[in-house]
Amino acid sequence: MSTLETPAPTSGHDAAPARPRWQVVLVRPETMTLILLILGIFAGGLLSPFFLDISYILRSFTLYSEFAMVALVLTMVIIAGEIDLSPAANMALSACIFAWLQQAGVPIPAAVAVGLASGLAMGALNAFMVIGLQLPSIIVTIGTLTLYRGLAQVIAGDKSIRVPEWFIGIDKIMVAGIPLPVVLFVVVALVLGIVLGGTIFGRQIYQVGTSEVAARHAGIRAARIKLVLFLLVGLVAATAGIMTASRLGSVRYDLGLGGELQMVLMAMLGGTYIFGGRGTILGTFLAAWLLVIVSTGMIVANVLPAVQLVVLGALLIVSIIATNFIYSRTQR
Amino acid sequence: MNALRSILLRREAGIAVMIVLFCLAVGAFKPQFLTLDQLRIILLLTPLIMIAAMGQMMVIVARHVDLSIGSILGFSAMVSGMLYRFDIDWFGFDVPWWTGIPLSIAVGAVLGLINGLLIQLFRLPAIIVTLGTLSLYRGMTFIISNAKQIDRQWIPSELKGLSQTSPILGIPWIIFIAFGVALLAYVFLNHTRVGRQIYAIGSNPTAAPLRGIKVTQVTLLVFTISGALAGLAGILYASRWGFVNPSNTGSGFEFQVIAAVVIGGVSINGGVGTVLGTVLGVLLLGCVAAALPLLGIPGTSQAAIYGAVILIALVIDRTVRRQGIVGLRRVRA
Amino acid sequence: MLKKTLLLGLAAGLAFAGAAMAQDPVKIVYIGKNTGNPYFDSITGGFEDACKAKGCEFEFVAPATAEATSQIPFIEAQIQRGVNVIGIAPNSPDALNQVLDDARAKGILVLTVNGDLTGNESHRDATILPVNFDIVGRDQVEMVGSLIGYEGEIAILSATTEAPDQNKWIVGMNETLKTDPKYAKMNLVATVYGDDQPEKSTTEMEALLSNYPNLKGVIAPTTVGIAAAAQVVQSRGIADKVQVTGLGLPSEMRDFVKDGTVKAFQLWSPYNEGWLAVHFALGVLDGSIKNEVGSTFEVPNLGTITINANNSINTQAELTTFTAENIDDFNF
Repeated sequence: MSTLETPAPTSGHDAAPARPRWQVVLVRPETMTLILLILGIFAGGLLSPFFLDISYILRSFTLYSEFAMVALVLTMVIIAGEIDLSPAANMALSACIFAWLQQAGVPIPAAVAVGLASGLAMGALNAFMVIGLQLPSIIVTIGTLTLYRGLAQVIAGDKSIRVPEWFIGIDKIMVAGIPLPVVLFVVVALVLGIVLGGTIFGRQIYQVGTSEVAARHAGIRAARIKLVLFLLVGLVAATAGIMTASRLGSVRYDLGLGGELQMVLMAMLGGTYIFGGRGTILGTFLAAWLLVIVSTGMIVANVLPAVQLVVLGALLIVSIIATNFIYSRTQR
Repeated sequence: MNALRSILLRREAGIAVMIVLFCLAVGAFKPQFLTLDQLRIILLLTPLIMIAAMGQMMVIVARHVDLSIGSILGFSAMVSGMLYRFDIDWFGFDVPWWTGIPLSIAVGAVLGLINGLLIQLFRLPAIIVTLGTLSLYRGMTFIISNAKQIDRQWIPSELKGLSQTSPILGIPWIIFIAFGVALLAYVFLNHTRVGRQIYAIGSNPTAAPLRGIKVTQVTLLVFTISGALAGLAGILYASRWGFVNPSNTGSGFEFQVIAAVVIGGVSINGGVGTVLGTVLGVLLLGCVAAALPLLGIPGTSQAAIYGAVILIALVIDRTVRRQGIVGLRRVRA
Repeated sequence: MLKKTLLLGLAAGLAFAGAAMAQDPVKIVYIGKNTGNPYFDSITGGFEDACKAKGCEFEFVAPATAEATSQIPFIEAQIQRGVNVIGIAPNSPDALNQVLDDARAKGILVLTVNGDLTGNESHRDATILPVNFDIVGRDQVEMVGSLIGYEGEIAILSATTEAPDQNKWIVGMNETLKTDPKYAKMNLVATVYGDDQPEKSTTEMEALLSNYPNLKGVIAPTTVGIAAAAQVVQSRGIADKVQVTGLGLPSEMRDFVKDGTVKAFQLWSPYNEGWLAVHFALGVLDGSIKNEVGSTFEVPNLGTITINANNSINTQAELTTFTAENIDDFNF
């Protein structure tokens, strides 16, 4: 009997007949996300006449694109059976380190490099505590979340640090009419989608998340895979932090505050299974758009922010209930 | 000799030693830290955290976690605050000052029960459910209050008096309430069957039902208690600070409480943890919070220190469990 | 494919509807620091009453948290809604620069109300502040001096270490104490920061009393700080030994003033800030007011208003002092 995690709810019918092909394709959490996305677009249009404007939605997406990029990697971490709540704080700390260095006269490319390296180091600390010391990732990353943001506050105080004019405005760069951060998000999604869905490494991530013991018996180096994933989250979070610095033109310790909720929400809404072993990049990709549609739809309709909190919290709960339900119905 | 050794090697002894060393170190720089007056300040910083920590401790012992307590605190404080504010409009008379206490506890219990039901009926992970209800309950606090603060003038002075007046020795009521809750938690966990069952569920969730433990009922009870205690902390927030704000009241509270519980030696893997350890963990946090301004350490370093303390406590906890007393000795050396 | 066409059709239709609706009365929006902040209820009241009197449309929106970037999606949404005037109490002196520039490029009048973009004034059209902030420090020193008989140790309990307004006032207090012989016997022993949190402000106040047993007066130029300081003094029963004053909201301080814990404190009328903002904005839009340094205009109930350096406008010349005699005349 495995004592790793609470066992997933098992389906009652072990010998059920093979499901029809349309069910295999359509009865998936991602389908739910897609349907919600379409409903969200209609609801947004009904709530406010100013909502359905492609360039506005794209501009709004840039505000969430940094979180969305991290959420894509976080999806892979969750599939591997771990979680990381620290990347939003990581974004703040690496951006603060970057901004502080360039203010102290370090050339921008070097400052960016150190910022990215510090992101990697934060990922490495998480990995050390989770893999090396065998501590649960959820509590470790709650601790490092507090620590990283606290260190950012030590570096930057309550001040904001400016970045040079020429570095500002990544969101104003257009590629074929689409803001660069959105393009980057799509590219990262494509790359990670291929890695997760089409490579041996990707398949091993699923196996580690389904049963780490079985994966190890099958010769998969579970620890190494998790290490790579934690480092990747750290690196992408640092990149996202520096992108945010370019978008805002200044850095403060509270950059991305509360972003961990949004990132987890994107992964969960996209049908990633919280106990590991299931989920897709496509799901998180769709969920990121869903979240942006829902948030901006409510903001542009001047809906109270309180209602947004309620809707986001309810969406999170409903999406895991639905995901669990779908997974327990389809075979294990 | 052996009895002394076994006391000294217990986890609680380690925290107690840390508290003493910390206080002596601060006292070396600022002698006024080692006065009765300062003890009063430290104790007054901790009652809300201590009360909620008792509930959180039970949740963690049962191998769950409750991230929503800060929002439960805010919501239940707001319900009582609105009762004080609008009682004449609603009922045509002034409600007695103590009405808010049972009301907040009941409201908190209901919200905690909702957490438990979602977790137990749908077999969902507590961390995600309570992350969702953290946002949900906070949003509801804004909605019921129409985003308006309950000002000091509406909080009954008898209620505020709980944090200021004292039955004995100049120690305010609120501190007695906190230690009373801790005492009840101790009796409940150590001397009742249900209390022991919480430990059994946490140490081995799969074996617990085989031993005839009603896991669902006990888990629901644990979350209800956690919510009820967060509700009690909510009405005491109104007493201590004299206002209820929809956005500030209770926000970030969950991190302080979880930090205190983890520092107090409650294992996040479930099944392990004592009331004494949790009380000491709360007091250690209180000492740190009171010492920082006295030493002139800027508030901006506070979060980093908290984060570091949590991680160190985790590492110590892991070392102790893996290597027993030897590990503890090695860490201390 | 069919769905996409339908959606685009719907989008186009609604966009037309939006365009057709855009010739209504002047639309003014005020973006507060966060919701649930009692201070903004009063400002909003001024906006609402003035808009009722002058026939414009007004809405108040605010994010759930006062974090530096949380206002950005709200500004984007208001641009999309096509408002004519954005009033904002900025959460950051520089993180909003880019998006405020976007708003002004669309022809929206951008006013900072009750707080300014210190150092980035070129990113807004004008600022409306309650008083000339240069006099606040001086007035506060005079207030505490009069309460303690111009003799003894005093301390300052401020908001965050980098709060721009508070820091400006603290500089004024220090200069006044140093240069004016009237205050020669007053000794400023400490300046501490409660970060505008009640818990932190309380511990800082307790630490002040422990560290300086001879303390006679405390200036807390922040609404959270003065309430926390007053509460410490009240619960210790030392109102005759330590005088607390500063800037506070009458609604939060009423009890302390009535039971004698606090003899006097100061503030201004937040209501008038909203009232003035609407009159100024409408005047600038219809051309009757020139938004130039030195020009003057009339506002009902407030008299003649002058535009000062940096396009800064004040609603009142002196701070209002609240005491037991007059506190019931104020309902905010």
